[in-house]
Amino acid sequence: MLSVCPYFHVHQPYRIKRYRVFDIGNDSAYFNDQSESDLNNKRVLAKVARKSYLPANAVLLELLEKHPEFRFAFSFSGTVLDQLETDFPDVLESFKKLVATGRVELLADTYYHSLAFFYSKPEFERQVAMHADTLLRIFGVRPRVFRNTELSYTNELARWAEENGYIGILAEGWDGVLGWRSPNFLYRPKGCRNIKMLLKNYRLSDDIAFRFGEKSWKGWPLNAPTFANWVQSHHGNGTTINLFMDYETFGEHQWEDTGIFEFLRALPAELLKHPETTFKTPSETVRAYDAAGELDVPHILTWADTERDLSAWTGNDIQKAALAELYGLERDVLRTKDASLIEAWRRLQTSDHFYYMCTKWFADGDVHKYFNPYDTPYDAYIAFMNALHDIQLRIRAAPPQSLVDRIVRAIFRIGKSAVRRLMAPFSRQVVNY
Amino acid sequence: MKVLMLGWEFPPYNSGGLGVACHGIARALTQKGVDVLFVLPKKIPVSDERIRFCFADIDSLDIRRVDTALVPYVSSDEYARRRAGLDGIYGSDLFAEVRRYAMLIGDIARKEQFDVIHAHDWLSFLAGIEAKRVSGKPLIIHVHITSFDQAGGENVDPRVFEIERAGMRDADMVVTVSEYTKQMVMRYHGIHDSKIRVVYNGIEASDAGNTVVGNTDPDFLDSYRRDGYKIVLFVGRITLQKGPDYFLRAAALVLRHHPKTLFVVAGSGDMEWRMIDLAAALGISKNVFFTGFTRGEELLRLFRSADLFVLSSVSEPFGITPLEALVNGTPVLISKQSGVSEVLSHALKVDFWDVEEMANKIVATLKYEPLARQLSSYGFEEVLQLTWSRAADACIALYRFILDSLRAKT
Repeated sequence: MLSVCPYFHVHQPYRIKRYRVFDIGNDSAYFNDQSESDLNNKRVLAKVARKSYLPANAVLLELLEKHPEFRFAFSFSGTVLDQLETDFPDVLESFKKLVATGRVELLADTYYHSLAFFYSKPEFERQVAMHADTLLRIFGVRPRVFRNTELSYTNELARWAEENGYIGILAEGWDGVLGWRSPNFLYRPKGCRNIKMLLKNYRLSDDIAFRFGEKSWKGWPLNAPTFANWVQSHHGNGTTINLFMDYETFGEHQWEDTGIFEFLRALPAELLKHPETTFKTPSETVRAYDAAGELDVPHILTWADTERDLSAWTGNDIQKAALAELYGLERDVLRTKDASLIEAWRRLQTSDHFYYMCTKWFADGDVHKYFNPYDTPYDAYIAFMNALHDIQLRIRAAPPQSLVDRIVRAIFRIGKSAVRRLMAPFSRQVVNY
Repeated sequence: MKVLMLGWEFPPYNSGGLGVACHGIARALTQKGVDVLFVLPKKIPVSDERIRFCFADIDSLDIRRVDTALVPYVSSDEYARRRAGLDGIYGSDLFAEVRRYAMLIGDIARKEQFDVIHAHDWLSFLAGIEAKRVSGKPLIIHVHITSFDQAGGENVDPRVFEIERAGMRDADMVVTVSEYTKQMVMRYHGIHDSKIRVVYNGIEASDAGNTVVGNTDPDFLDSYRRDGYKIVLFVGRITLQKGPDYFLRAAALVLRHHPKTLFVVAGSGDMEWRMIDLAAALGISKNVFFTGFTRGEELLRLFRSADLFVLSSVSEPFGITPLEALVNGTPVLISKQSGVSEVLSHALKVDFWDVEEMANKIVATLKYEPLARQLSSYGFEEVLQLTWSRAADACIALYRFILDSLRAKT
């Protein structure tokens, strides 16, 4: 028995416009670029929806209707769901239709596609909760399997996920941690008892996500029967083939003219030709198989770059400084209870902002290898820091806490019951504590 | 390999980047075993033990001495004014000097043995054409600037343009100091892509740094520094091409957000008085210092003490000054309309006309310390890779290419 577990990651950030020093204190709309550039979030999402989400959704719906065995998983960032709800409800509807089949699993994630786990555990937990609430509200489902931003993973994250009731967690199937072992089995994270790890088969996944349209690749042109054969060759030495990739692979990273949609349309039938091959969602996979062994990942592992680390997000000085300054505001921002201010601060946590500040490509002269909506990484940093400074001004300008607030705080230290009795008339405010 | 190299100025008797570039390339070539005979139009006390110099006014058989005012970047009008100030006896204008250089080169070209002719900038193009005519050797012309850059886009001097075109037409190969200049030469001078090679300028870290130790602040900045002022530096001729007006307009915006900033303008030129007036009109005179033409240790101190170096050029074929700033640990903000922006990654970049964005980036650098730190440290690492040795390698490859293709033809 061999099952295939496809998982597609759907994410769009709120990119910061060219926010200048002169805007600090005058303009608190950081994400509303209206230009023809790729900083215009609405414009980018319209393009991605047209080229990728809508046609890919149509193909997937067709496949679900045609093959009762077919299933897969999505992970949505909260920021993409939010943008879809606001500006493209029809696109969101087409996603909902897929989920409504009951054969599309949704994964847990941070709402803001952030690196919060590595900078503030409480903030991370708040974002995971927000994300779960949003999935429940929009799709009516609760996630059971966790994935973190950029598939970042450590033993510690797995322990957190287990303690919080998740049955599975996703990670990169990287040789550096696997050694001689295969990514095509489930593993038990070191220090955990129940939760299981699903590892991305990066060779097969990247054949589709990165190499599909690459004419210099020896596998080009790749067709569904060939790829199915590569998958089938794992019968007998694996239980699950985990194909994890960005959903934008279909139509955006690999353009329509590469034949990517025909490939997607044909693949399930090709895989199902083998009587012992089937599809499973991540939770079905976790329930179906035992862990083959324990995996120890003491340092951060991601699905990014040849280094499989966070160096593209946290590698240089300006990235580190920006992250430190951002998370340094946590207490002050939250204390304002200003919903729009907190929301703006959280949108700045989206990992993409730090990725745009990456300069490590310069070392190999590979400046154009990675997409950046800003002219240079330094432009990204300046826009980010200017916006962050406006947030600092807004924190300072926030109304001081009321006397009631301060009394509540003081009494809170004495005991909850005392608070309840004393503050009954002000119960609306007490709820927040 | 023997190269007859034609120049116009040479350090320390240079007015700008041309002399620096000629020195850098000639020295790196000789270090790689190329025999360089460097010709200057007039006897000046230059020395570099490995380069053999030759002065057209002495070393040619023609004994008429030419006392040329060796200033390549002045407009012809200004040159005429200067000449008048000097003595008013010799050649009436810059063009006469350029033609005279071409006349004198013939004798040298006849006497000397060489494989290729390498002529730097339009001032020596006519001499290059003449040397080729006399010797039959291939001619490479090296474009460090075009009449279009110099004019800042308007009122191109048709006489300069004609000399450029003639040089490029008669040359076997054209070298430009950037892709930016290559595009210009293709567009305006009609030279085909296949005849042009880009050879970026470089820097010799040992030349541009470490002769100043200890407290580097120039005295006049000392007290401001103690009061917490930040220093933003402009170095270059004060002419239309260098965009000093954009620099000052950005300065005015910066001061609204970062009042403790000093803007130092180091250089001289035909727009100097207009710029002093502009600073007054913008109400920023007390924050702007005009130091006049600055060189040597004094300039080095300025580079060292600045918090940010700005190249605001309207059109800059390359732009060596940002490299000098980086070698001295100072971060740079450079015009996108420059060749140097093609080779620097760890630099802030801006369209010269976008004064608001220029100001935004200046303020950001002064305000966000990690930004200045990273631009400085990563920029320093990067600039060390941009050597004259690299430029010389590219020149040698080009000499070989030309000689091989000529051999193949015969």
